[in-house]
Amino acid sequence: MDKTIITVVGKDTVGIIAKVCTYLANNQINVLDISQTIVQDYFNMMMIADLEGASCPFAQCAKELEQLGEEIGVSIKCQREEIFKKMHRI
Amino acid sequence: MINIWEVNETNKMIEQENLDVRTITLGISLLDCIDSDLQKLNENIFQKITKTAANLVKTGEEIERNYCIPIVNKRISVTPIALVGQSACRTPEDFVTIAKTLDRAAKTVGVNFIGGYSALVSKGMTEGDRSLICSIPQALAQTERVCSSVNVGSTKTGIDMDAVKLMGEIVHQTAELTKENDSLGCAKLVIFCNAPDDNPFMAGAFHGVTEEDAIINVGVSGPGVVKKALESVRGGNFELLCETIKKTAFKITRVGQLVAQEASKRMGIPFGIIDLSLAPTPAVGDSVAEILEEIGLEYAGAPGTTAALALLNDQVKKGGIMASSYVGGLSGAFIPVSEDQGMINAVEAGALTLEKLEAMTCVCSVGLDMIAIPGDVSPSSISGIIADEMAIGMVNQKTTAVRLVPVIGKGVGETAEFGGLLGHAPIMPVNPYKCGRFINRGGRIPAPVHSFKN
Repeated sequence: MDKTIITVVGKDTVGIIAKVCTYLANNQINVLDISQTIVQDYFNMMMIADLEGASCPFAQCAKELEQLGEEIGVSIKCQREEIFKKMHRI
Repeated sequence: MINIWEVNETNKMIEQENLDVRTITLGISLLDCIDSDLQKLNENIFQKITKTAANLVKTGEEIERNYCIPIVNKRISVTPIALVGQSACRTPEDFVTIAKTLDRAAKTVGVNFIGGYSALVSKGMTEGDRSLICSIPQALAQTERVCSSVNVGSTKTGIDMDAVKLMGEIVHQTAELTKENDSLGCAKLVIFCNAPDDNPFMAGAFHGVTEEDAIINVGVSGPGVVKKALESVRGGNFELLCETIKKTAFKITRVGQLVAQEASKRMGIPFGIIDLSLAPTPAVGDSVAEILEEIGLEYAGAPGTTAALALLNDQVKKGGIMASSYVGGLSGAFIPVSEDQGMINAVEAGALTLEKLEAMTCVCSVGLDMIAIPGDVSPSSISGIIADEMAIGMVNQKTTAVRLVPVIGKGVGETAEFGGLLGHAPIMPVNPYKCGRFINRGGRIPAPVHSFKN
């Protein structure tokens, strides 16, 4: 499965998860796992998503999510899972 | 499954600690371009490079987007041009036409450096080798992106002292021809002992004759990540120190391995090696000298520096080797002066001298790298410094290199400005006593004995 890690970091505000999830749902992106925490007032979320059935290609999703982040005032990053697996798993 | 802490750790390395992949270097063999007609040879070279590397920059950028990991440089190395050009080139000027072709090809495919304007003369020079070497000052002055290297010695063959003598003069001429830019041409010229065939780092990269038609080599980086990791074990003993460096080197190298495999898959070109290097940049927090300071030295160059560097270099290799399926190139910590803010600070404080740097090169990769010296140092003294460094490589069975910049018109106390990744360098004093009679002897130093190690 082509898993993608979406990270959202920034000042906590109302509706961050809602807006990100709406975008994902509109683009047929399935969320497999969510972890979220607040570190020193900063919202910190990681989603594991499956982009296989997505209605747009990876590069476009990454760009649009980045723009969405700018609108909400947070930083949103899309990365393929392999970079984390390679670094943290033997 | 990957957890949020692991994701944050990786992204913190990238965003705050300057973790990047320093270079994807595409090695291209030009052996099939050889022709006795110079114009045809130049055409063949241009076609081969632009065809093979057409997608290199685009592929690099795609990988960057997929993993959000910066890939700072995309570069090309080619078969040593002395081999490729010998049958067509009668004069140094003929060789310069090939340098210009390489420069044009590099600009066409969008890479910032192309390495391989090189000659391998560890035992002796052919007329063609000599001609290429004599063309280096012009080639580097008349091109922008071409890098040159000359291998003048090896553990198996000894040191070609005729080539060492010639290179002292060539370094000086290159400095003269590029004196308008603080002798920048010399930053693109490396003299090697035991040069590796698969080095992805400039200026010394070339595509060795033992390699395939095309190959992808990747150089990783990350001094800032190692420094940050060591901050968390401040005051800990050597076991803890070494374990921390090893684990960090493993993580850094895994990213390089991923990028190399991905680039190889996307371009349909085999993966060669990962170069396990800590390559600094002039940016604050991206310095090998700062790691040495974190280990416990006031400045790089203080007593204990050689031991600290030896330890660092060894742990980087131990961590990195397990992280990658193929390791090669120069693999180790780089100590270029102008490209490392901590090294520059150490020189300016009077803590780091040319002689201490020479001692440090005994225990780490590369050698006397990006060191600015006064412009009035004689060619024979430059040859003497080269000979010393080559001897260290020859006897210790390791790669050593010299990249000295005699800055024409400037002296000790002044600074050379190279700009960009090449940084700036305080001009360092050179021992003023002469070695001309030694350099002028002619011939070669025999290969060392491989037993009775003392």
